[in-house]
Amino acid sequence: MKSINVLLIFKKEIMYKPIIYRIAKDFDIIFNVLEAKILPKLEGRIILELRGTDKQLDTTISYFREEGVEVQTLAEMIKRDEKKCVHCGACTAVCRVDALAINRSTMEVEFHPDKCVACGLCRQACPVNAMSGTAIDREI
Amino acid sequence: MSSIEIKKSYEEINDRIKKGKAVVVTAEEMPEIVKTEGVKKAFEKVDVVTTGTFGVMCSSGAFLNFGHTKPKIRASKVWLNDVEAYGGIAAVDCYLGATQVKDDDPLNMVHPGSFSYGGGHVIEDLIAGRHVKLKAKSYGTDCYPLKEFEKTITINDLRNALLYNPRNAYQNYNVAINLSKKMKYTYMGILKPDMGNITYSSAGQLSPLLNDPYYWTIGTGTKIFLGGAAGAVTWHGTQHSPDSMRDENGMVREGAGTIAVCGDMKEMNTEFIRGASLTGYGTSLMVGIGIPIPILNEDLAFFTGLSDRDIKAQLIDYGIDYPEGNPVSLKEVTYAELKSGYVEFRGRSIPSSPLSSYPKARKIANVLREWIENGFTVGVPQLQAPTIPYMKK
Repeated sequence: MKSINVLLIFKKEIMYKPIIYRIAKDFDIIFNVLEAKILPKLEGRIILELRGTDKQLDTTISYFREEGVEVQTLAEMIKRDEKKCVHCGACTAVCRVDALAINRSTMEVEFHPDKCVACGLCRQACPVNAMSGTAIDREI
Repeated sequence: MSSIEIKKSYEEINDRIKKGKAVVVTAEEMPEIVKTEGVKKAFEKVDVVTTGTFGVMCSSGAFLNFGHTKPKIRASKVWLNDVEAYGGIAAVDCYLGATQVKDDDPLNMVHPGSFSYGGGHVIEDLIAGRHVKLKAKSYGTDCYPLKEFEKTITINDLRNALLYNPRNAYQNYNVAINLSKKMKYTYMGILKPDMGNITYSSAGQLSPLLNDPYYWTIGTGTKIFLGGAAGAVTWHGTQHSPDSMRDENGMVREGAGTIAVCGDMKEMNTEFIRGASLTGYGTSLMVGIGIPIPILNEDLAFFTGLSDRDIKAQLIDYGIDYPEGNPVSLKEVTYAELKSGYVEFRGRSIPSSPLSSYPKARKIANVLREWIENGFTVGVPQLQAPTIPYMKK
């Protein structure tokens, strides 16, 4: 079993189709809704944690793309500029999933992109602009 | 000069530093030495304890002299990268404050504003050697006829660039929580509603003024590490308050002493000084400071030997109490608790996170130790910061 976090973007043409229902029924994926944003008649965005085997996950991602869903893997969305980060810890106050967490022995802030759900709060909290990338609230 | 008992003099210590024989440890290592060998032996063994802190320090800024132009200008308004600096000092001098935001910044019109560029960032850009747009305006005089001047410069084009911070290195500070129902964007970071999180901003056991809580060795003339270069304490800082609450050891339990510091920006390094943007609040400057504490007597060995478990701070509500001007302590917490990542409060375990960088503080204390091992002597304070008598328990 593997777990990945993805941001799915449903353009208006497909935003009212029952696509997510099928990933559970047809591909037996266990999913968990982490965040969702509906911009009526424009776009739907949803962040899902998907759990399944490598094969199940691959099939699911291909299926999303066939249906016209834009898929982004969250682990690749938010990035940290290591040269800018001063390890102050301000981001750890807002990170809800411990993707940014303090190593208590070194007191350094460790970034675990695989846990990131791209909520973007770290960008707001970081005083030195070390975090970048798109989040669920990106411009259309 | 302080009136404390001096059992090992500045001269003795500096003599050992010059000969490369001084024993120097960091304030993170000292507690273990005191614990295993006792205060007396620790005093005999250790000559200097180095400290460090790196965090957002408002009340920072720079005096810049951009040299005389041809023809001459008596600048009355000055901007650097569209951030206004105060020009009412002299013809080509100005003071650039860390919290001054760029002209036309949308501020908090759409709350919370991001405050992406301000005085602190200009200071960082100058120290990094980046290009900065200088603009000056004047009304023109007989001796200074030029009315407008604009030029892209780097720090090398400035005649002088002095970092001069009127209040830095706060000795202890509030710990913040939010008891309100709304998210709060403060200078203590983002605070979630209903006690969602706790933030603090001190290096604790490594923090300079917490290692000399009565300012016996820190005063005008103390040589320090400032932003990667040698600097000095010039005076006690604004809001310096020695009579704040203290515990049975004499250690301060809340914000107390502060120092004014000065140094040459041309020698600084952006590894230890950075512009800061605090969402919803404004801009500022992250400053790295390290101070060597000469161990003149057993009391200084005792204080430098205290650790995060022994240093306490007060938990304050930044949701309602603090903004209204009624800050009351909700709880006293130790830095050891804060650094564990969770604080127990009102039956809940609340995540706590720092705003000042402990890894940088540790790095500064270590760099300062290397400096001293290579001959950087300890400054003798010429004027002592206001203090209160120490009652030994």
